[in-house]
Amino acid sequence: MDGTFTLPILSLIIFTPIVVGVILLLMKSDQRDLIRGLSIAAAVAVLVMSGAVYFGYNNQVNAVNANGDALSEAGTSSLATQMFRDGLAFEEKVVWVEQLGISYHLGVDGLNAPMVLLTGMVAVAGVLISWRIEDRTREFMAFFMFLVAGVYGVFLAIDMFVLFFFYELAIFPMYLLIATWGWVKTREYAAMKLTLYILIGSVIALVGVIAMVLAANNYFIGDGAQVFTQAKDSGLLSPDAREFSFDMTQLMLAAENGAFNIAGYAGVETLTFAKLWFPFIFIGFGVLAGVFPFHNWSPDGHVAAPTAVSMIHAGVLMKLGAYAALRAGVQLLPDGAQTHLPWIVFLTLINVVYGAFIAFRQRDFKYVIGFSSVSHMGLVSMGFASMNIIGMTGAGLQMFSHGVMTALFFGCVGMVYDRAHTRDIPSLGGFVKRMPWVAVAFIIGGLTSMGMPGLSGFIAEFPIFVGMWNASPNVTLQIGDFTLSNYYSIIVILAALGIVVTAAYVLRVVGQVFFGEFNEKLYSDVGDITVTDRIILFLLGTPLVVLGIYPAIMAPMIEAGLRPILAIFGGA
Amino acid sequence: MIATEFDLATSLLAILPEIGLTVLALIVLALDLSLPKGQHRTIAIVAGLGLGFIAALPLILWPGSQATPEGLYWGGMVRHDVLSQIFKVMVLLAAGITCLMSLDVKGVGHRGEFYLIIIVSTLGMTLMAGAADLIMAFLALETTSIPLYLLAAFKRSDPKSAESGVKYFLFGAFASALMLFGMSLLFGFSGGQTGLYQIGQYLGSQAFADNALPVLGALVLIIVGFGFKISAVPFHFWTPDVYEGAPTPVTAFLSVASKSASFALLVRFLMAVFPAALVIGDAQIKDFWVQLMAASAVISMTIGNVVALAQRNIKRLLAYSSIAQAGYTLIGVAALQATSAEVQAQAVASVGFYMFMYVFTNLLAFAVVVLFSEATGSETIADLAGLSRRNPALALMMTVGLLSLAGVPPAAGFFGKFFVFNAAVQSGLVWLAVVGVLNAIIGLYYYLVVIKVMYVDRSEDEDKPIPVSRPYVWVLAITAGLVIVLGTVGAQVVFDWAVRSAGSLFVG
Repeated sequence: MDGTFTLPILSLIIFTPIVVGVILLLMKSDQRDLIRGLSIAAAVAVLVMSGAVYFGYNNQVNAVNANGDALSEAGTSSLATQMFRDGLAFEEKVVWVEQLGISYHLGVDGLNAPMVLLTGMVAVAGVLISWRIEDRTREFMAFFMFLVAGVYGVFLAIDMFVLFFFYELAIFPMYLLIATWGWVKTREYAAMKLTLYILIGSVIALVGVIAMVLAANNYFIGDGAQVFTQAKDSGLLSPDAREFSFDMTQLMLAAENGAFNIAGYAGVETLTFAKLWFPFIFIGFGVLAGVFPFHNWSPDGHVAAPTAVSMIHAGVLMKLGAYAALRAGVQLLPDGAQTHLPWIVFLTLINVVYGAFIAFRQRDFKYVIGFSSVSHMGLVSMGFASMNIIGMTGAGLQMFSHGVMTALFFGCVGMVYDRAHTRDIPSLGGFVKRMPWVAVAFIIGGLTSMGMPGLSGFIAEFPIFVGMWNASPNVTLQIGDFTLSNYYSIIVILAALGIVVTAAYVLRVVGQVFFGEFNEKLYSDVGDITVTDRIILFLLGTPLVVLGIYPAIMAPMIEAGLRPILAIFGGA
Repeated sequence: MIATEFDLATSLLAILPEIGLTVLALIVLALDLSLPKGQHRTIAIVAGLGLGFIAALPLILWPGSQATPEGLYWGGMVRHDVLSQIFKVMVLLAAGITCLMSLDVKGVGHRGEFYLIIIVSTLGMTLMAGAADLIMAFLALETTSIPLYLLAAFKRSDPKSAESGVKYFLFGAFASALMLFGMSLLFGFSGGQTGLYQIGQYLGSQAFADNALPVLGALVLIIVGFGFKISAVPFHFWTPDVYEGAPTPVTAFLSVASKSASFALLVRFLMAVFPAALVIGDAQIKDFWVQLMAASAVISMTIGNVVALAQRNIKRLLAYSSIAQAGYTLIGVAALQATSAEVQAQAVASVGFYMFMYVFTNLLAFAVVVLFSEATGSETIADLAGLSRRNPALALMMTVGLLSLAGVPPAAGFFGKFFVFNAAVQSGLVWLAVVGVLNAIIGLYYYLVVIKVMYVDRSEDEDKPIPVSRPYVWVLAITAGLVIVLGTVGAQVVFDWAVRSAGSLFVG
């Protein structure tokens, strides 16, 4: 696939925020307006480029699918890898550390294109909502830019090392943003907790990935030598590829040819690489996606963070975890996924139901949204667990939909809090009178999160449930002598009940905060929102409606991105 | 092997950096005597730039070039190879930066002899990097150490500094004695050989009686000596006290240059005298030192990191952090056990890269500490509060340094740790890599706490700026720039270099 753009647009997307961040740090700290202007310019530029990438790829989806069909009909060897490789657009590749097979390899496929667009939107919204930050504006904006760059890097990486590089790069600015500009009461505790949780998960995954690369290397220099030369000849791998490589294409080639399914790993007869390492890699990244029981950092972190960071954090960063778990876990270790996802699904069910119940019990407006994220992210992982096209497409859509929705929620909470100076739900009330725009936006977000048809939540959650239901007859879980089969259907029913609870807490918040009695005494100075705030609400509210009405704008793209993964499961 | 005919020109070229250092030492001495009082800055800048210039020499005199082929020189005393070059560059740059860093430090930088002593110590370190003979190794070690004892006690009026000097001297002399004892055992068992490579060959040959025990005894004694120099647990007790008491630039120098030179010699010792293939009796000697290295790595990392959590003084914190950093590097040393030459090369390279990035990272952190404590007279972490308001650039530099120590990209520490863990996984020490990454998390905690203090905590002195003079701007810019470059585009260059240094080790 030749991209329609010749300029390295993906690198531009990553490096624009970095360069702007450095320029900001070199500026004088009292030039606040210039700093804000430059930041918003960078964010908008990045959003425009992200849009160009998204729609550029969207135009190619049919061609990608046609190519995929042609490949499967032709019975190409290493079909999944070939499909994945051909599906990448806007590719850039520069050798970074040759001896270790590390290259700066970026690319877009159907899975990360929506994430790129999401990041762009949340970045713009984040800069806008931070417009009135007066304390060290320069540092805030610079760190925010670095955070955005790191997030983009993870989504765009096609090399596992690059993915880790940006993953860790993203976490640190987030620490400073939360610890320095967050909610005074809990910021230090929450920022540290969040950072440590996420890093522990990621470094364990890192060891797993190094071991994976080593296993692939051993395969390519041993039994798989022929596969390797063949792939080089057919152009699947570049002619100068080394056996030891962090490139996802190459790891996928190894996975597809069974390099990770060789029995006798680590000296245990029945063990394979995939079976041993999948939980570590999947849950290691899953920590950032809030997988139970490692979700604990998330509500605390979201509440403590300044609004812009809550938005990007819940909106985008949690997707980083899910996305990386999908890429490194499911895509590269399909056998491990088939072994372990049937029990991991129980964790996701706890996420969905427990998260919703806890959200219902909260008095703090922001904690409600924080726990709702835990609940909704459970659905994403549940969609992965279905391991079929419907459920996983739903998961992909849910990543985007939840990202936008939760950013909108946090935006709304921030707007209310900035004016009312409290987030205590019982003491708020009647804000629809003073802030009608916020109320409307929050209700749209709320309906989305309940899965109301016509909004993006429905087209994301419904396929997840359908996919799970369809998958149910094929899945069994063996615990000792006890075999559990056809239990996905029960999980679906329980998860759907979780949605009912979601409706309850959303309606409760809407009823108490936006309707109900308005306390004139307490909130006499609460006014309506500013123009920048309206832009945010508009920017984040629109996609929810558009996607809900016209899912074809995204669903086929995600399906195209998932085809290689399903091909590696053995059914295209 | 030793060149059969003695070619003076080539032999001189092989030790050109050392000759350069001697000349520079004389120049500094002459300047100190001839310049009027108050001109100390000139001496510092001459010393700093001179060291920087000498650091370029190993790059020009690339081993394998026609002028200076790789091999043993001066009767087998020193070896000229890529490994020695990379470590020479490291210590020379570290010394140069230390000189610039010291020039405004009261009671230290104003005295010409300070720079002289640093240069002499550096001379010892460059020799350590190349030493290929027991006698040379010991002489180099002592040439390095004795000036360092002086430097630690350089602030004579300050009892802490004096205490630090004495402590360092006592521990150091003890460790040197043990090491010398080990060396003498080796000398005896190998039938009177002193060349490291010859001893290795002799131990592996039929001529040596099949008894591993005495060799193991010598090995342990030598490793104890190195353990002291690199401040690995359990030979680390001197570290916090000496680091805290010594003048800050000296601490910086001590923590990077002495440590990296020792790692160079340690790697050479293990690979030359006790190579992976060495089997005595039925015992594979390698197994023995790999266990030692792995165990030492684990306890160094764990104790260093855990005790660092409780520190209130920034220099003590950096002392424990440097113990932990030695632990990470030892993971790379343990990975030398790999059977494949390629992986072994990566292990050596990971040690080389780790030290390379650590030198600049730690110098960066210490440069900020120097500036801060000169301006405020305080070294406690709590007093760093509000640094991001007092001098945002300084806070940012400290952040870069601490992040690099913690191993967070884009700072060089990420690549450093990644290479080390990668070498461990590849050589089959997955458990060690896991212990390493978990320790990195503990480490991250206390580095983040310092960063938090600088950015979040408020202080009453926020409106008092911290001045940074021109030479310090250079120091900060060079070190921070290198830390970022090594962590991004430069990683390939240095790693490539380090991998080649490994390749050159195995040829006798």
